[in-house]
Amino acid sequence: MTGLELPIAFVLLVNLAASLLRVMRGPTDADRLLATLLFGTTGIGILVLLAFVGGGTAHTPFIDVALTLALLATISGIAFARRAWQNTAGDQGGKR
Amino acid sequence: MPLLEFASGAFLVAGAFFYVVGTVGLLRFPDIYTRLHALAKVDNLGLGCILAGLALQADSAAQAAKLMLIWPLALVASAVIGYIIASRANTLGVKPWQQYKP
Repeated sequence: MTGLELPIAFVLLVNLAASLLRVMRGPTDADRLLATLLFGTTGIGILVLLAFVGGGTAHTPFIDVALTLALLATISGIAFARRAWQNTAGDQGGKR
Repeated sequence: MPLLEFASGAFLVAGAFFYVVGTVGLLRFPDIYTRLHALAKVDNLGLGCILAGLALQADSAAQAAKLMLIWPLALVASAVIGYIIASRANTLGVKPWQQYKP
């Protein structure tokens, strides 16, 4: 408990909001997926930070949730690359 | 233990800095390969710093070990995803960005 956990979790939340800009601009589907991968990593960071807010950490479930999120983070990317990303429509001429 | 708290705070601030750098890279880099580069490395370094900073304040060694277990998982995930998306983009014919067109 250093008092830094909540402000830093807020900074990470602002990061997530900024990465929504990349989801909006694209230009390819893969760029949008990258932003969702950032959601995974930053989400883990926010969860472990929230587990330590207020000092008490003995029985909080946040760390287990973060562990599960880390385990599942791979699956969306692999499913996207192997199944969903079939063509590069919108790649050429899109603004970057 | 003020020294431990200081080290923990330093790790947390460094982690937040790396996260911000990763997001700036995601927003500013010109194509999919460079954005993968920003995401797969910098964000995981930020996550590692934050986990290390929090492990310093953990109640028990088991909890610190659980926290530090998250990091290898995230590293493996980002390595796999970075490889598979870059390889798929290459297969689909996405051209790497070049500043000076030949």
